[in-house]
Amino acid sequence: MYRNKYRLIIPFLIPSLLIYFTFVIYPYASAMYISLTRWRGLSQPPQFIGLANFQKMLQDEHFWNALGNNAVYLVVLPTFTILLALFFAFLLTQGVPLSKFYRISYFFPQLMSVVAIGVLWSFVYHPTIGILNSLLEAVGIAEPPIWLGDPNTVLGAVSGVAIWQAVGFYMVLFIAAMEAVPMSIYEAAMIDGANRWKLFTKITIPMIWDTLTTALIFIMIFATNMFAITQTMTQGGPSRSSEVLSTFLYDEAFLGSKFGYGTAIAVTLFFIVLVISLVVQRVMRRDSLEY
Amino acid sequence: MTTTIKSGNEQSIGVRLSEIAINIFLVIWAVIVIFPMAWLLYSSLKTDQEIFFSPWVLPSSPQWDNFVRAWQDAHIGEYFMNSFIVVLPSLALILIISAMTAYVLARFPFPGNRFIFYLFLAGMLFPVFMALIPLFFLVKDLHLLNTYQGLILVYVAFSLPFSVFFLTGFFKSLPSELHEAAIIDGANQYQVFFRIMLPLAQAGLVSIGIFNFLGMWNQYLLPVVLMTDAKRYLLTQGLAFMLHQQYYKNDWSGLFAAVALIMIPTLIVYVIFQGQIQKGITVGALKG
Repeated sequence: MYRNKYRLIIPFLIPSLLIYFTFVIYPYASAMYISLTRWRGLSQPPQFIGLANFQKMLQDEHFWNALGNNAVYLVVLPTFTILLALFFAFLLTQGVPLSKFYRISYFFPQLMSVVAIGVLWSFVYHPTIGILNSLLEAVGIAEPPIWLGDPNTVLGAVSGVAIWQAVGFYMVLFIAAMEAVPMSIYEAAMIDGANRWKLFTKITIPMIWDTLTTALIFIMIFATNMFAITQTMTQGGPSRSSEVLSTFLYDEAFLGSKFGYGTAIAVTLFFIVLVISLVVQRVMRRDSLEY
Repeated sequence: MTTTIKSGNEQSIGVRLSEIAINIFLVIWAVIVIFPMAWLLYSSLKTDQEIFFSPWVLPSSPQWDNFVRAWQDAHIGEYFMNSFIVVLPSLALILIISAMTAYVLARFPFPGNRFIFYLFLAGMLFPVFMALIPLFFLVKDLHLLNTYQGLILVYVAFSLPFSVFFLTGFFKSLPSELHEAAIIDGANQYQVFFRIMLPLAQAGLVSIGIFNFLGMWNQYLLPVVLMTDAKRYLLTQGLAFMLHQQYYKNDWSGLFAAVALIMIPTLIVYVIFQGQIQKGITVGALKG
C-alpha cells in the first residue's frame, strides 16, 4: 500500500534534519574540537593546543570553587526537594481535605520563569525592603543575615529558592506514579495491620522506584546547571562565593573572550552530567517489581 | 483521583493528632509558596515609600501608575512583544516539523529509520552549555545574531529531540486501521497525514505544545547569548536587566509591577488549564 513512500518520507524529514544538523549536531561536534584549542576571539582562528585547557582548568582555583558550589547544590537540592515532594505526594494521595488546592498551588512556581522567581526572591531576601528579615526581626532575631550578600548564607539562600520552585513539580510526578499503584496491594497490607509509615516505606517507595530514579537524575542535572537563577540573584557573588560552572564558563567565554577555555569547561560539565546519570542509575538499580 | 486509606471507626487520639500535624504541614508549605507571590502582587500597587517603610501592609491607595511605568518606561511591553515574536512562530514550527518527522519515523520502515531516531534521542543527553560557544559563532557567521529568525531556528532545533521522541511514541500508539481505510478510499499520503493523523494526534500535540511553550517562554540562556541588542531583549532578559539596573535607578515599585505583569498572565492561564498544564509539563519525565 505504500507505493512511492519516499515521496512522503524525504520531504517530511528534510526540514527537521537540516535544522538539527546545523544548530545542534554541528555545534556539539565542534565543541569537542574547540575545547582543544586556544581561541581568543573573532579575528584569529582557533589554534590547536591539545589538552592544555584541561590542564589549566585543573590548576584554576576558580574552577574548583565553582565545582565546589555545584557540589553543594548536588547534595542539598536532591535531598530536600525529593524528601519534601515525596512527603507531600504521599499525603495528597491519602484523601486529605483541600488536596486539589494544595496540588494546584504547590505546582505553580514551576511555571514561572526562573528569572521572575529570582527577582521575586531577591525582594524577599532584600535587607531593607524584604519580608524575610522583617519577619525574623519580629520574632526576636536582632541581626538577621544579609542573605544574598554574605558568602556564608548565599548558597543556602539560592538553594531555598530552587527547592521552593522544584518541590511542586516532583510532587506531581510522584502523585502520578503513586496513583498507578493498585489499591489492592494497600488493602492487603492494611488487613495485615500495616500503619501509614509501613505502607509508605514497604509499598509506595518500592512501587515508584523507577520514577524516583528519574526524578533524582533530573534534579541532579538541574543542580549542575543553576545558570539563570545564579545570574539573576547573585551574578556569582559576593566575590565568586556563589559562582557555579555554568556562570563561570559563560563569564570566561563571553566576558573574558577565552572561547577555547570556556568550551573546555563546558565539555567537562557534559562529562560530569554523564557520570552522574550513570552512577545514579547504577546505585538505584535493583530488580524491578512486577504488578 | 485520590485513594483513601483510612479505616473508619478506629480513630485513636494518636491518629487524630497525626492528622492535625499533617494538615499543619500542608498549610505551612501552602503559605510559603503563595505568600511571597501574594506579597509581590499587592506590593506592586504601593508607593516606594510604603515598600521601604512598611513592607507588610496593604497599599493605602493603589498606584496603577507603577504598571504604566513598567509597561512603557521600563519597556516591559516591548519585551512581551519580542517574546511573542520569537515564541509563537517557534512553537508553530516545532509542532509541525516534529510531527512530520515523528510520523515518518513511527509509521514508515526504511533503511536508516532507527539511526535517525537515535540521532534525535542523543540530543537529549548533552547539556546546552556544551554547544553554546560554537552555536554563538555559527549564528554570528550566518548573520543571524540579534535577529528573531536566528533565535527561532535555535529554539526549534533544541526542542526537536524531545518533541520527536515523544511524538514518535504517540504516533506508534495510534490505530492504523483508519490510515489504511483512507488509502483504500483514494486519499494520498499527504491527505492522510494532515486530515487524519494530525487530528488523531491532538492530545499528544497539546502536551508537547504546552511543554515547549513553557520551555521557550521561560528560556533565558539562549537569548542572553544570541540576542544582545537591548531593543530586542525577550521578557526574561528584560526583567533581569531591570533588576540589575536597580543599583543605579531606584524604582522599586516599577520593578514590582514588572514582575507582577509577568506573573499575572501565567497565573490566569494556569488556573484555567491547570490539569492539562500539569500533564504537559511533567510529560518530560514520564517517558514511555
